[in-house]
Amino acid sequence: MDYTLLIVQMLNGLQLGLLLFLVASGLTLVFGILDFVNLAHGSIYMVGAFICASLTLWLGNFLLAVVIALPLTGAVGYAIEVLVARRLYDKDHLDHVLGTFGLILVLDTLAHMIWGPAGITVPLPAWLDGQVEIFDGAVIPTFRLLIIAVGLAVAGGLFWLVNYTKLGMLIRAGASNRTMVAALGVDIQTLFALVFALGAMLAGLAGMLIAPITTASIGMGGQIIITAFVVIIIGGIGSMKGAFIAALLVGVIDTMGRSFLDSGFALFMSRDAAETAAPAVSAMMIYILMAAILAFKPQGLFPPKVR
Amino acid sequence: MMLKISNLTTHYGPSQALFGLDLHIGTGEVATLLGRNGMGKTTTINSIMGIVPASGGSITFDGVELVGRASFKTANLGLGLVPEGRQIFPNLTLEENLIATASNHLKQDNPWTMDKVLNMFPSLQDRRKFMGNLLSGGEQQMLAIGRALMTNPKLLILDEATEGLAPLVRQIIWDALALIRETGTSILVVDKNLKDLLRLADRNFIIERGKIVWSGTSDELRADREALHRYLGV
Repeated sequence: MDYTLLIVQMLNGLQLGLLLFLVASGLTLVFGILDFVNLAHGSIYMVGAFICASLTLWLGNFLLAVVIALPLTGAVGYAIEVLVARRLYDKDHLDHVLGTFGLILVLDTLAHMIWGPAGITVPLPAWLDGQVEIFDGAVIPTFRLLIIAVGLAVAGGLFWLVNYTKLGMLIRAGASNRTMVAALGVDIQTLFALVFALGAMLAGLAGMLIAPITTASIGMGGQIIITAFVVIIIGGIGSMKGAFIAALLVGVIDTMGRSFLDSGFALFMSRDAAETAAPAVSAMMIYILMAAILAFKPQGLFPPKVR
Repeated sequence: MMLKISNLTTHYGPSQALFGLDLHIGTGEVATLLGRNGMGKTTTINSIMGIVPASGGSITFDGVELVGRASFKTANLGLGLVPEGRQIFPNLTLEENLIATASNHLKQDNPWTMDKVLNMFPSLQDRRKFMGNLLSGGEQQMLAIGRALMTNPKLLILDEATEGLAPLVRQIIWDALALIRETGTSILVVDKNLKDLLRLADRNFIIERGKIVWSGTSDELRADREALHRYLGV
């Protein structure tokens, strides 16, 4: 076994997991607290990427672009809550799915009109564009390290917000009994809109961080939203801790599966068969993981007790 | 009058629950709402708080109309609710239950603090880090009262103040309500323990089928055996 490759791939898995966490954290808050299924959460991820891409090209500074794009994406989320989501909370899940699927089409088309059909490449500043040698022979792009650092910092910040601030207490209280929270004098509707905007900002941040690696493109949201749902289902819907652990689990297992499954299979089948089977199985790994976890814990790993 | 309800009607879908209810509470007064189960006590309270929308009539609090007003805005005028079933947030600790919705919108002097609440209910002291769902019924009720007080209300509304609680805990609750009354806070209380209620109350209202059918002081009610028997079955 090549340990250098293993470690590099672990870091790649960690990076993917943290990006997934950024998307899943908002999704799990909104689903857990508002019981609202938001398929368009991935589109906000795309919107964040595009806004950041345009700003980067205009300002010539990626980090500054991210700083400006964050509140803009949050504002897009707030607008979506007020204009669309708020009207759907009382309806059932099918209506949420239909409504937010419509939103995906609208946002994709808007992106198409504003930014055109081709993806936008986001240039990185030189100091982020290089590579770092972590130890002998193990080289990892600097930018991926930045993603890991930002992901961990955001996770820490969210943990603090949810567990130790009054806003976090209200968010948890609202998840269990919104009528009572309102009867005690809290404007729960505005609170929910803020949560929604916060979730949008985090999804947008994930889009901004992935754009320099893959480009900002239409449809990028569709790829991540499915995985993000897998993450929150594994973690337990509404649980921030669950989303974090599940995101890392999914990120690492997915990355590891893609890089090592073929050599694993080759141990007990022919090289050709292994090379055919491995990609198919590795694409299924996270769903197999989800099924396995749900078989033992139908509510996910950390179902929040809200009732 | 601090709270004045006139000709209040409330519907649940097509079925009517309140039929022109009238009730009033003055500043610093303790009023009770009495009546058998299903007569509309909780509906009255939920209509005041805007949890259930009233379909007609008027509720004013310090002159502000409450009918049609959002629940949180009503609460912020100075109404503190201790709901039926206590409705403690199960996923918050006792401390967090007190802090989460704490406020002082009316900028009251000497506002309630966590320490004051814990002094009033010393048995909560060593439960501070317990999750809400792990507290006993009595502890939850004390917490529900404390949680409402932490919003610094002018009128405290208790729906079933001591229901299902042990006699010892009930006494703690009644003592606390007497203390709260001394701070000048008005109280509207629903309960079944007539003896304790009448000792506390300035004014009593008996509700039957969505209407007030009797009202008067505690002495008047104690003397009116017919009303007690007819409306309350005692």
